[in-house]
Amino acid sequence: MRPLAGPLFYFLPMTASLFIEQILNGLQFGVMLFLMSAGLTLVFGVMGLINLAHGSLYMIGAFAAAAVAGWTGSYWMGLIASLAAAAMVGALVEVTVIRRLYHRDHLDQVLATFALILLFSEGTRWLFGPFPLYLDVPDMLSGTVSLPFGIAYSKYRLAIILMGLLIAVGLFMLIAKTRLGVRIRAGESDREMIAALGVDISKLYTIVFALGAALAGLAGAMVGTIQSVEVGMGEPVLILAFVVTVIGGIGSIKGAFLGALLVGLTDTLGRFLLPVILKSVFEPSFATSVGSALASMLIYLLMAVVLIWRPSGLAGKAA
Amino acid sequence: MIKEFWLNTVCVALMLAVVLAGLLFDEPYYITLATKVTILAMAGVGLNLALGYGGLISFGHAAFFGIGGYVTGILASHALNYEPLAIWPFEINGTTQMLIIWPVAAVVSALFAAVIGAFSLRTSGVYFIMITLAFAQMIYYFAISWPSYGGEDGLSVYLRSEFPGLNTMNGASFFAICFVWLMAAIWGSSRIVNAGFGLALQATRQNAERVEAVGIEPFRIRLTAFVISGAITGVAGALYVDLNRFVSPSMLSWHTSGEIMVFVILGGVARLFGPLVGAALFIVLEQSLGGMTENWQFWLGAILIFVVLFARGGAIGFLAKEARHD
Repeated sequence: MRPLAGPLFYFLPMTASLFIEQILNGLQFGVMLFLMSAGLTLVFGVMGLINLAHGSLYMIGAFAAAAVAGWTGSYWMGLIASLAAAAMVGALVEVTVIRRLYHRDHLDQVLATFALILLFSEGTRWLFGPFPLYLDVPDMLSGTVSLPFGIAYSKYRLAIILMGLLIAVGLFMLIAKTRLGVRIRAGESDREMIAALGVDISKLYTIVFALGAALAGLAGAMVGTIQSVEVGMGEPVLILAFVVTVIGGIGSIKGAFLGALLVGLTDTLGRFLLPVILKSVFEPSFATSVGSALASMLIYLLMAVVLIWRPSGLAGKAA
Repeated sequence: MIKEFWLNTVCVALMLAVVLAGLLFDEPYYITLATKVTILAMAGVGLNLALGYGGLISFGHAAFFGIGGYVTGILASHALNYEPLAIWPFEINGTTQMLIIWPVAAVVSALFAAVIGAFSLRTSGVYFIMITLAFAQMIYYFAISWPSYGGEDGLSVYLRSEFPGLNTMNGASFFAICFVWLMAAIWGSSRIVNAGFGLALQATRQNAERVEAVGIEPFRIRLTAFVISGAITGVAGALYVDLNRFVSPSMLSWHTSGEIMVFVILGGVARLFGPLVGAALFIVLEQSLGGMTENWQFWLGAILIFVVLFARGGAIGFLAKEARHD
């Protein structure tokens, strides 16, 4: 690393503000991933279910937001619609299909939820047509905000970070302090016992699934203004959410939070820094192509390293 | 067992009948479809060894399918452009000879399977599913962002690779090659499964602790099975690129992994001919639904959910009505 330090040090002062901006982008990506992974990890922790169709709920949230915001002209109505639509579809799917999969093995769960993706993707294309929808940033949050060190950062992205952190705190409180949280934690450790104690376990499962779905839908709606809203948008995010869940330890909200920030920052900074670092050693065109190829693999390398170091994730219980 | 044997015979006979009909009525499309089924079934046979017999739910077999495919694509493109693959330490040229491409595809995908397996098999259950998925995604993104071999656009191979004494551009002869490969893969699987190694593999699926207690290390058994499984799927990938004369990162995508898994489950997990029945059903469904409605994937999804929820054991399990020993 020693020969790299020279040119990098020389390069950094010029890009310090850029660097901080990239860290903020990484955080924004991270909290968005947290919203996705929270539901995934809860559903796995409590019900023992692998839900590949979680990305579809993200997509449904984004489409609901774009459609309702388009009709009413209000971004906030769209945001509420995304929560409601994703939660409703989540509850519906839980009652009709997912519920029958809890006592099945992982193979059946993977196949059935893979089939659900086909169903949801094609269903959405049917309803909304093949063209992407767009969601505008509300006036209140458009433009930039001045941060210390002379950084101008997008108000909207900053709002996503704050909202994500707020939801994370809310979720921790929900799990730690409320009666529902107690039941969720009890369901995680011994589902027969809490059923025997008179808790309506199937209602609890529906609520947990709908909650996870709502969070995924919200994530979809928030990202809908940054990228276009289209069929298949949920799949890349779903796989990242899996990486987050695995890194954090399946079933742990705290782990999902850690993992999400780690993945968000690693991915964003990797894409930004790797080509720069490589350019100080190799010729520019080579450095750019190798840098972008390596950057896109970085989080999977991170996951492999974490799993070798701790096979059940950062916050996971020992297997 | 006898019922399953007849069922398998009928399936193979049906497929050969389709090819024969294609020849008689001069419908090359039928032959292409049958070839596609054959190759996809072979990819499934590879996965079935790990997933069905070893209980290793790999959600990343697209990696091996795609790597096998890229081996064909890269070797052929170098040969067709007269560019050597490497000039140092000695010159290596591309090739269009199937007899060279196949072993290279098998070895390269086996090597990848060895590395991926060595890491992934440290984990189990959901972690294994997700880490195999992550490795496949890693290779997928690498293929997309690496520009030398077409990147996201993929790589066209203008001529199908050659096999001594056969005109491979003729649909029926290419089908024959693929069919022989499929039968060899199924026969090889049955030999492996019924040998001591296969019994040990199935025992690790049922109870790894007991296997360990009698002095067999589950990790090595599983890794060996995973490597063989990857190699079979890799050769299928090499054939698939020759069929389409095109290779692209979509072969490596997680959708492909999911589909290979669907072939195995649809036909019947841990049934020797399961992947063939599954792939045939899948392609027939795809073709017939695709002819009826634009939104065929919707109905395909609905049918798959129905199969998982109500017809356990896949098509062969449903028809042969013989419980799998778990």
